[in-house]
Amino acid sequence: MCLAVPGQVEDLKQNDQATVRMQGNTVEVCTTLVGPVEPGEWVLVHAGYAITKIDAQQAAETWALLNEMAGRASEVSGNP
Amino acid sequence: MSEQIEQLRQRLCSASEAADGTVRIMEVCGTHTVEVFRQGIRSLLPANVKLISGPGCPVCVTSQGFIEVAVRLTRQHGVLAATYGDMVRVPAAAGSLEQARAGGARVQVVFSARDALSVARESPKLEVVFVAVGFETTAPATADAVLLAEREKIRNFSVLAEHKLVVPAMLALVTGGQTRIDGFMCPGHVSVIIGSEAYRPVVERCGRGCVVTGFEPLQIIQSLTRLVEMTAEGTARLENVYTAAVNAEGNRRAQQLIDQVFERNPATWRGLGQIEGSGLQLRQAYRQFDAFERFGLVLGTDPEPPGCRCGEVITGAIEPPQCPLFDGVCRPTQPVGPCMVSSEGTCQAWWKYHRVRV
Amino acid sequence: MVEIPPGEGVKKLVSREEPAALATTAEQVDVGRRIVLAHGGGGELTDELIRGQILPRLGNPALNRLADAATLEVAGARLALTTDAYVVQPLVFPGGDIGRLAVCGTVNDLAMVGAEPVALALSMVLEEGLDETMLQRVLDSIASTGREAGVDVVAGDTKVVEHGRAEGMYITTTGLGRVLDGVSLGVDHVEAGDAVLINGAIAEHGLAVLSRRKGLSFASDLVSDAAPLSGLANALVRELKGVRLLRDPTRGGVAGVLADLAAAGRSVEIEESAVPITPTARAAADLLGLDPLTVANEGKFVAVVAREQAQAALALCREHRLGAHAAVIGRVTDRQPAIAELMTAIGGRRVIQKPYGEELPRIC
Repeated sequence: MCLAVPGQVEDLKQNDQATVRMQGNTVEVCTTLVGPVEPGEWVLVHAGYAITKIDAQQAAETWALLNEMAGRASEVSGNP
Repeated sequence: MSEQIEQLRQRLCSASEAADGTVRIMEVCGTHTVEVFRQGIRSLLPANVKLISGPGCPVCVTSQGFIEVAVRLTRQHGVLAATYGDMVRVPAAAGSLEQARAGGARVQVVFSARDALSVARESPKLEVVFVAVGFETTAPATADAVLLAEREKIRNFSVLAEHKLVVPAMLALVTGGQTRIDGFMCPGHVSVIIGSEAYRPVVERCGRGCVVTGFEPLQIIQSLTRLVEMTAEGTARLENVYTAAVNAEGNRRAQQLIDQVFERNPATWRGLGQIEGSGLQLRQAYRQFDAFERFGLVLGTDPEPPGCRCGEVITGAIEPPQCPLFDGVCRPTQPVGPCMVSSEGTCQAWWKYHRVRV
Repeated sequence: MVEIPPGEGVKKLVSREEPAALATTAEQVDVGRRIVLAHGGGGELTDELIRGQILPRLGNPALNRLADAATLEVAGARLALTTDAYVVQPLVFPGGDIGRLAVCGTVNDLAMVGAEPVALALSMVLEEGLDETMLQRVLDSIASTGREAGVDVVAGDTKVVEHGRAEGMYITTTGLGRVLDGVSLGVDHVEAGDAVLINGAIAEHGLAVLSRRKGLSFASDLVSDAAPLSGLANALVRELKGVRLLRDPTRGGVAGVLADLAAAGRSVEIEESAVPITPTARAAADLLGLDPLTVANEGKFVAVVAREQAQAALALCREHRLGAHAAVIGRVTDRQPAIAELMTAIGGRRVIQKPYGEELPRIC
């Protein structure tokens, strides 16, 4: 009932919006639920809203784990 | 990582051997239901550990009456219904939102509550109704959209919402006794909002273990292992394996937002009936944004489709194959009930990933 | 507000009073008896449309095979014929545009039956008000992609419709090809033990297009993989006689192709961690709640190859620009009744099925 993905705050915009980057994707996210954020901080994003800040180390571990699970596939860096 | 999984599996096997008979764990959250299937976790479980899918799919537990109201609303001239993806295919007596769209009604899938508000801003001649279901993870977003609409005086925006709260349903499931549950795998992202302490009543009043769980497969297996160990030991504890995102008190800001805009009401849950204090309705101060009031809508007690047993699936009383409609009359391409429609519905997950046993 | 009375607008569903009387077979198309978007999704509902409405009325041996292209014997020559409509929105997306797609999609369908492209016919429906610079851009893409694929547009047609009726433009491309000598591909040739390969990373096209859709405030570094595969695919079937089958995982994704194989009686076992996917695509799919196996690709093919030729096939692909990240992702088994199974990254097992049709980004 709650798909949420960790991402890193890239840019702040007006009206409680921020751009959050996750592995080469960017989403416009509303930060009302987490208060002021700084570029570089990590947040968990659900349905266009940041629902909590998370620890940078743990976020990195999550992505590392996901990529490790992708196995050799994570060697693929992009289109030829 | 495979060593970690293997170690956990062994621990889970030992725990299940120590347990007396079948251990029944309920995963409350629809996303857990899907992840369990997608990762093939069921194929890794010991024979006496039974995973029951619970009422954690917001679309699935939405009352039939609400769905009927939503679909009928879209057939009104000048109304645009904005909603999350899963809602568009739930069948009402007169068809689903998807079918209404095929017949000319304005229905738009949005990704976030703020997107619905943007639609209202961009289409001043239309009445935009944000059809919102979801638990505590999603309710703050609806609250935020209402407050923003008020601040910006966006008059052509209203909300048709049937948000629900998870803990009252968990308590009702245990006390209702439709199905024996030994422990709960608790939804990770609802817990981000409500905090792990919210499950204390389930542990203390009902004596059932609760483990707050994230969505990576390691998390899920870790959680299952702890719940089986607790059951074998005869202890009930509140634990959290998702400490990366969940703390004891939750997101206070989000809780305040919900509290400011909504008040609790006795919501109707498919399969569970009416549960006191389990739903959210807009407070008096925000009723101007309530689509029920704006359009004079009345929530009826419309009957569920004949033969549909979604209610029993949602409470874990039966598994999808035990419903006579499953995979014959009721399939993802022609769903009868919401459990088959929703991508987090137990019946759809079962049909997609488990219909043929591997 | 004027309420539209029932009976107009939305048709009532077939009566619910007697569930036993409702459809019990997949042949009946019953979603309120109107075409819904999902009918075009390339998934279950598309199948139902084809089998339930189209084949009963138009069926014949060539059509009934439902291959990516029809193969016909004409005066001793083996020809391939295919057609596709391109209705992508938006018209321009990262990595391409509707023009590039219009050539790649059709050339690739020919390549999937072992044919080299001979000629294309192009029909365009333009919307009144379309910017001329957009038309020029699309035509330039068609020209350059045609050169890349080594094929010309030899015939065409253009129509213009009123504003609001074509979302910019729709293109239909018909492709004529010549099946390479001695090449015969098809599911009938697939045997237990055969290897299943893919020529590179999945899900990029579908996700790149979604990142430009209005209403999804999501942007991505992802770029469509749209590319003409005839060079690589033709080389593969010329060099290796053990290539059994080629299928391009467009709408419906890799899952669609694998589910089709199972529906045709061939079981497959796929290793999730062997399927190439970039971290960006994986994250985008997670964000949108989509299974990457169900997302469209426009520069990929799934190849089923005799086991003893799998390594040679891999080597051949990896030397080519469009196969640099080729991988063996699984194998054909003799399990019956036939199913497509996924061995998940954590060692679990589950079924791969065809998606419903319209994979809506979900959130909760």
